[in-house]
Amino acid sequence: MTAYARDVVALARKDLLVELRTRETVPAMLLFVLSALVVFHFALPASTQGSDIAVAGLLWMSILFTALLGLTRSFFAEREHGLLEALVLAPCERSAIWLAKALSVMCFLLVMELIAIPAFALFYESVSGATVAAVVLADIGIATVGSLLSAVAAASRTRELLLPLLFLPLAIPIIVGGVGASVADAPGRYLGFLGLYDAIFAIMSWASFEYVVTE
Amino acid sequence: MSLRNRPGPALAVSALALLMTAVALAFYWVPNDANQGFSQRIFYIHVPVALTSYACFIWGAWKALRLLWRHDSAYDLESYTAIHLGTIFGILTLATGSIWAKISWGHWWLWSERQLVLFLILFLFYCAYFMLRYSVDEGPRRERMSAVYALFGVVLIPVSFLAIRLAQGFIHPTVFTLDGPQMTGQIFFVFCLSWAGLLCLFAALYQTELAGKRLDRSLRELRRSMAV
Amino acid sequence: MIRARGLAKRYGEKEVLRGLDLDVPIGGFLLVTGKNGSGKSTLLRLLAGLLAPSEGELSVDVPRGEIGYVGHEPLVYRELTAVENLELYGRLYRISERKERIGMLLERYGLWDARHQRVSTYSRGMQQRLALCRALLHDPALILLDEPFSALDGEGVQLLDRELSEIARVRTLAVASHQPERIEALATVRLALS
Repeated sequence: MTAYARDVVALARKDLLVELRTRETVPAMLLFVLSALVVFHFALPASTQGSDIAVAGLLWMSILFTALLGLTRSFFAEREHGLLEALVLAPCERSAIWLAKALSVMCFLLVMELIAIPAFALFYESVSGATVAAVVLADIGIATVGSLLSAVAAASRTRELLLPLLFLPLAIPIIVGGVGASVADAPGRYLGFLGLYDAIFAIMSWASFEYVVTE
Repeated sequence: MSLRNRPGPALAVSALALLMTAVALAFYWVPNDANQGFSQRIFYIHVPVALTSYACFIWGAWKALRLLWRHDSAYDLESYTAIHLGTIFGILTLATGSIWAKISWGHWWLWSERQLVLFLILFLFYCAYFMLRYSVDEGPRRERMSAVYALFGVVLIPVSFLAIRLAQGFIHPTVFTLDGPQMTGQIFFVFCLSWAGLLCLFAALYQTELAGKRLDRSLRELRRSMAV
Repeated sequence: MIRARGLAKRYGEKEVLRGLDLDVPIGGFLLVTGKNGSGKSTLLRLLAGLLAPSEGELSVDVPRGEIGYVGHEPLVYRELTAVENLELYGRLYRISERKERIGMLLERYGLWDARHQRVSTYSRGMQQRLALCRALLHDPALILLDEPFSALDGEGVQLLDRELSEIARVRTLAVASHQPERIEALATVRLALS
């Protein structure tokens, strides 16, 4: 393993270990996603057309907003206690910090979805394989872009208020890809689009993290 | 006070001349559109304004890239000014598009009009850009984060456009769109005239706003060094 | 090793440092004094490379991996143990023979017995001692300490006194303190900020 990969593993391991010991983020995300799914049931009056698009959208909305909750935690604690500075001082590549964080956020999202998807299938309708594939691809996009933006928002005065504002416009293509893959007869196009989004924005996030945490 | 050293007034005058000519021609010279009639003339403002807005965002992103590349703070004001103007043109795009939609189809908003939806997304994005700037203290950190976000914005333009097209696959498509005319000779000419005028307007406003901001900053620096 | 000319730093409209000139040779000991809010921490952060100057020049001839920094916060993960924290930093700083070095430092700073306890259970004094271990782990050429005595308990203060005299002989140090009496004698370059 290269030094870069070793740094990423060490940092990701640290994030997972911290979460395992504090158990603050993941249980909150789990509870939030379940609550959201229940709230949405009451928020939608019965539609006379019975369109199934509305239902698929609920899964995606729940995942998106739960992800935002998790992302606010990802860099905020570190920035608050100056820990991010300690990492920036180290001779490792700064993008390794970002990659490790994105990997740990990805883990949290996957754990959350292990509960959210079956819950959705229970409350609303069954979930296709394409939807699951789309969720995984969407997670990559959310974790990569979200981690970068979390570091940005953590440096601002408005923090938790700013992160959703920065993130939501960038999340629109993810939603389109996700919902499309869930409802279309040929989900391939939408999955491909999600892959394209992930590739483009992951590279951009990887390249720009350095500039966001240094002066 | 030669015009070569102060492009601002020259650009403003050109902008005024071009736009007035374009508007006059758009009203009196070009033929009426078969389907939409007279209301379709708003196309000569709406589409060039949209294109100018894209140009502003791309210019702002270019300056942002230069800032990150060269570590030169001077680019920050330039990037910010371009994006600021781009957002204003963006609002104009939404407004003219909305008016056109009302006149053509009787609705103030059309989800089926791709360009309009794209501008809505961009508007949200660049508003977040300004919120970012306002919530971080001035300094190298703010410059870099703004630059990174500006770059994300310009990449978001094609990605969102693709997303909107794909979305129309599962959101019930409607037939309401705002179509421009076929780009034949006369129409193309007036269109280009209008666009050229708007680009001159952008350049004039850009120079003016940038000069103002730079003066502002110089004044503050002066005040600071005098306070010693 | 450290050279500053006309160094200034502003946060928005607030000017914290202005027109600073500084020269610290290799092996020197810079003592920065001044009341709270005079910019001592800002200067150390500039030296560490965490901040960029607003004006003027600053050159610190030390690569990133050879700087050790202790700020106001201990910069250690509270949910991890002392050993886990130092292991992480040890990896990031590419230290060879990590385990030996970690063990040695923990012992020297009196944390050996508590090494497998989470940092959240430590007293503030112990956390500060761990912070010192973290900063010295990679045997840095330049050590920056921001008010290192303030969070220490009695035993820690004695420890640090002893350590500082040792370190000052072989490494370059910059220490910020608003109660400089303890280390006055060691300083080779003095800077008083107002």
